[in-house]
Amino acid sequence: MTTTTLRAGGAPARTGSADRGPAAARARRKRLLHWIAVHAVAIAAALFFVLPFVFVFLTSVMSDDQAMSGELWPHEWNWSNYATVFSTPGFLDWWKNSLMYAGLGTLFTVCSAIPVAYALAKFRFRGRRTAMVLVISTMMLPPQVVVIPMYLVWAQQLHLSGSLWPLLIPMAFGDAYSIFLLRQFLLTIPQEYLESAKVDGCGEVRTLLRIVVPMAKPGISAVALFQFFYCWNDYFGPQIYAAQNPAAWTLSYGLESFKSAHSVNWNLTMAATLLVMAPVIIVFFFAQKAFVEGVTLTGVKG
Amino acid sequence: MSLVESPERPAATAAPLRKAPALRRKHTRQRLRTLGFLSPWLVGFSVFFGYPLIATVYFSFMHYNQIQQPSFVGLRNWKYVFTQMPLFGPALWNTLWLVVVMVALRVIFGLGIGLLVTKVKSGVGLFRTAFYLPYLAPPVAATVAFVFLLNPGTGPVNGLLEAVGIPAPGWFNDAAWAKPSLVLLSLWGIGDLMVIFMAALLDVPKEQYEAAELDGAGAWAKFRYVTWPSITPIVMFAVVTGVVQTMQYYTQALVAGKLASGVNIGPGSVIQPGYPEHSTLTVPQLVYSLGFQNFNTGAACVLSLVLFVIAMAVTTLLMRKRAGLLPAED
Repeated sequence: MTTTTLRAGGAPARTGSADRGPAAARARRKRLLHWIAVHAVAIAAALFFVLPFVFVFLTSVMSDDQAMSGELWPHEWNWSNYATVFSTPGFLDWWKNSLMYAGLGTLFTVCSAIPVAYALAKFRFRGRRTAMVLVISTMMLPPQVVVIPMYLVWAQQLHLSGSLWPLLIPMAFGDAYSIFLLRQFLLTIPQEYLESAKVDGCGEVRTLLRIVVPMAKPGISAVALFQFFYCWNDYFGPQIYAAQNPAAWTLSYGLESFKSAHSVNWNLTMAATLLVMAPVIIVFFFAQKAFVEGVTLTGVKG
Repeated sequence: MSLVESPERPAATAAPLRKAPALRRKHTRQRLRTLGFLSPWLVGFSVFFGYPLIATVYFSFMHYNQIQQPSFVGLRNWKYVFTQMPLFGPALWNTLWLVVVMVALRVIFGLGIGLLVTKVKSGVGLFRTAFYLPYLAPPVAATVAFVFLLNPGTGPVNGLLEAVGIPAPGWFNDAAWAKPSLVLLSLWGIGDLMVIFMAALLDVPKEQYEAAELDGAGAWAKFRYVTWPSITPIVMFAVVTGVVQTMQYYTQALVAGKLASGVNIGPGSVIQPGYPEHSTLTVPQLVYSLGFQNFNTGAACVLSLVLFVIAMAVTTLLMRKRAGLLPAED
């Protein structure tokens, strides 16, 4: 795992008062120009990333007519658009379903990923490498590869389509991405802690619960966050299993039908869009560190 | 773990025989313990991956409309998909186009933004957050927002372009621009790659830059001979995971096509995906459309297997090239 903190830059060491003269002045001017160039590019790039949010927000408070006009600044601030969105039939149910899907999905995933990741990271056994290769392979696999037979089982044998359970139940049996991410994190826990726990007479289960889980809290929160967002953002899953039953739709899935139902109201659609994004962005501001750590762990040499 | 504590082997007495059953018991216990810890995944893997994969192969040789009993048709589904299905060509072409263009631009752009953030001296946190936030936006929400922003008639972007005198494209409504619009949307969500590249860039040993400077290396030479060799594995990782992700590209293409077409359709309604002119139809969309709208289970399973083979090939490459996924100690 990388040991570098993710803070870039930092002020360069101030040069002492000794170097004056034209050469030093030239160097200083060059540094200043460099500083200006870098920041100009960075600000231009940042605009590309931020402006869509700004336009979406501004449109979300426009009147119905103005939202169709392509104008940028709202004539009047219609905060009531948000109330209208909330009172749209079904919208609150979609919130409830999204929270249930994301909440239970996260709980199931974390509970099943911890023991598996622990075994893959810390136990020595034959077939360990094969198991790891299989985990990574399933992680890389498009969900469309196995969805048809799975759908047929859930719909025709278990009669659970029209709900989110066909998506939730598999999460209690290990999710490859979460197992992989947590395993990368557990590799960084020194073996000595586990050995000394064993010397003190802890069994594997106690070692896992009392030593490993508390030490792996950052890794576990990264897994939990990623799974929460995965469920919150998921469109394909709810489309397969919940489509027939609007009472089971999630926000991500319902948003598109919301647009279709309000085909001319871009202002309401943008308000709804922001309401779907809001939880993700709020959670991110509270848990930035766990996030960045998680992304880094999956991408950087373990 | 050494079984023999003392350097000289004990003579063949009863001692090792007495030890053996205890040792075997210990091994059995360890094996059971490992199995116990792995059991959630072992069950999940066989039930939710192994079974459906075999069933997909089975259905690919069957005619099955999900109402009548499946009947064996040999290779007919395979022949149909590869030689007769009119949408297979466009879908495969679009997916490959996206794989090449989107992955290449994402890696270049992500690396660029990563480099930029490491060069920025003030407001690093602010810039980093700005670049990262769009990655978090739910794909459906981001797509809905982009369809609005790039809407040729009512969108603010074309308003801005016209104001400065640039001819405004039709974006999601123009078959030539629809895929580039999707690429633009995906570049907006580059945050994950930026973080990965930033971590890699900050890991490049500082001394190497100093050494290169002493040798009179300019900015490009430093990038080419110091930065690049040290980040190649991460670039490789980004390329391969990008290819796999783009093979599954679904939600954004589907939602953009549906919304831009302007047809007042609720989810679940049968439409020809890929508006305009099949330009945004991808292989995963075709799987959905065949399996869940046309109930042509056999052909859908053939397409699933095509996806599977390509994804496996890419994954194998990923693990061969040791792009950081499997640590050396494995």
